[in-house]
Amino acid sequence: MLNHERPPLTGKRVQLMATCLCDAFHDDVAVATVQALEHLGCTVDFPEGQTCCGQPAFNGGDWAASRRVVRHTVQTFTGVDPVVLPSGSCAGMLFHGAVLEFEHEPDLPAIEALGRRAWELGDFIVNGLGVTRWPGRLEATVAFHRSCHTRGTASGAAAATLLGSIAGLRVVEFGEGEQCCGFGGTFSVSFPHISAAMGDLKLEHVRAAHPDFLVSGDMSCLMHLGGLAEKEGAPIRILHLAQVLRDALQGGGLI
Amino acid sequence: MRFQPIDQAAAALRPDTRAAIHSGTKTGHEKRTRLLFDNYADPNRLRELAGGIKQHVIENLDTYLPAVEARLQSNGARVHWAATAEAACGAVLGIMRARGATRIVKAKTMVSEEIELEPYLQRHGVEALETDLGEFIVQLDHDHPSHIVKPIIHKNRREIAASFEKNGLGAFNDEPETITRRAREFLRHKYLEADVGLTGANFVVAESGRIVLVTNEGNSRFCLAATRCHIVLVGIEKILPHDRDLALLLNLLGRSGTAQQLTVYTEFISGPKLATQPDGPEEMHVIFVDNGRTDVLATECRDILRCIRCGACLNVCPVYRQAGGHAYRSVYPGPVGAVLSPLLLGKNFPAKADLPKASTLCGACQEVCPVNIPIPDLLLRLRDRAKLEHVPSPGTPPMGAWALLATTPVAWRAALIGGRLLNYLPTSLLPVPALRAWEKTRTLPAWRGGEFRQWMKNRDRRPG
Repeated sequence: MLNHERPPLTGKRVQLMATCLCDAFHDDVAVATVQALEHLGCTVDFPEGQTCCGQPAFNGGDWAASRRVVRHTVQTFTGVDPVVLPSGSCAGMLFHGAVLEFEHEPDLPAIEALGRRAWELGDFIVNGLGVTRWPGRLEATVAFHRSCHTRGTASGAAAATLLGSIAGLRVVEFGEGEQCCGFGGTFSVSFPHISAAMGDLKLEHVRAAHPDFLVSGDMSCLMHLGGLAEKEGAPIRILHLAQVLRDALQGGGLI
Repeated sequence: MRFQPIDQAAAALRPDTRAAIHSGTKTGHEKRTRLLFDNYADPNRLRELAGGIKQHVIENLDTYLPAVEARLQSNGARVHWAATAEAACGAVLGIMRARGATRIVKAKTMVSEEIELEPYLQRHGVEALETDLGEFIVQLDHDHPSHIVKPIIHKNRREIAASFEKNGLGAFNDEPETITRRAREFLRHKYLEADVGLTGANFVVAESGRIVLVTNEGNSRFCLAATRCHIVLVGIEKILPHDRDLALLLNLLGRSGTAQQLTVYTEFISGPKLATQPDGPEEMHVIFVDNGRTDVLATECRDILRCIRCGACLNVCPVYRQAGGHAYRSVYPGPVGAVLSPLLLGKNFPAKADLPKASTLCGACQEVCPVNIPIPDLLLRLRDRAKLEHVPSPGTPPMGAWALLATTPVAWRAALIGGRLLNYLPTSLLPVPALRAWEKTRTLPAWRGGEFRQWMKNRDRRPG
């Protein structure tokens, strides 16, 4: 549904959009993203002017404000190199959400052009670079939460391919995997009751599978679920897909 | 602190009601998915195909409506056009008065709920009795349906038995078989006493003028077998071009709605009884109801008119599961209702502009929709509309200042550093309601703004 047309890659130079959550809270996820990409031979540029993909205002209903932020993002990520994001949600904003809110705007072509360059990390590794076996080793049992904004995209299958190929790593299934974690951006603070109740259900299923780590390609889901579990006094360990990939490289002595 | 109405409704929902809703919807969703993927190699292609057919119809209603009218008339039915709810109610009453009739038996029709037909008829001395078991129970309790295909998903059998006892339908007994038998015995007489049978229509085929009805209880057959006049109340968007389209749509409807390959009864009604036929209504009226639909057609949310009322999006929706159908304050609850209900209000859209906010935009609704309606995109469009119409949105953080920050890199980088104050100040002291709402049930991770940028810079300075 949401899969977008992308030209085949010509080089290994990429631009990293770290996302505002990694910029503010989860710097290690951005570091791990750089390390994973560099291990594959990519040169990673980090445009300093970057801020946010514009999704908070888009989902919050303030499209005028969101469009200002998207325009800034388009101006920041110049050139033709792929833009890689450690987030299915922010990547989806660039190739789907932004296109929707710009449909009547004169600069739609520029927005669409950025969308065609946008890749979620796992999708980029598997479908962009054609890497289907991840080297290294990580002795752990993980549960993978496919974030909802990767529904209908290639990201979920890409993450499963990568995780399934790591030596020592075991992926466990859990109940009602298709259900949302309850984060939902501004939903998490304007519907705090439902948001927490949805998160609790997700945690219940995840805990029943007894993973060492809950893994996802989106820090927003993990921040919500990890924060809920910690507040309840029963913390869970969370890892972003990028951290799993980096940790596997370290575990195999590859970096 | 004020939160969204649907969040408050979810917080106030009784735990046993929520448990009943959760179990009913979860089972419904899982059975639906198993059946579709067991039966078809690629159900998603079918959903896209069905969506394309319905989209074609709603974009060509100007030709389909006159065509279906002509076909129905040549089949011997009388066609009425009702622009508003009042006009539709008036049309029903007009038919009743012309026949000198005072009693209607109804098979389930969402449109009759939408136009509030029953209280209208009651005010005018006409009794309209629901014959679908769930709807009958709702009517007995002066309640409202809370689900499109399972109207009493919010009730347990003890409540139903108590209500039967109170209404003189026998001493308390909460066995489902007893409840069903008592309703059946009560209703049998009512069918025979009624003058008019009223139904909705799942589909109206333009090519043949066939009215297609699906039920599992057979009550619509009783309504039509026992009465002399059949009134069909149907939204103008329910048309299909060809009979052959039914092969696709009926297969998707049964599986999506109730996880059945086909519902127990599927009726094809081609007009009033012919002189050569022994029974059936001798008079047939089809009332096409607009009631805001052409206004919806004029918006960029017109795709919602593809809906075939299967309820699959309600079943899978995590928000519906927490809040229940009544939280939506509308005949059409859940994801489809969150789009359709405010739109049907036309200019009064602000009264229900909060409904499109009640979603994490997780997209599960679109993933199950048999006509592939892009519900998340439509919810987003309506959020934008609410903002443009200046409808207040409790709990939604203001975005103007954030956008300014996010378009000014210098200020953004300063805020990344400044945010570290969060690590030292209790959030209760900060003038940011969103943070307090977050921290009520969740911890906030340590602020590490600027750390990654510093790491990148340090690498760039490395020799070599």
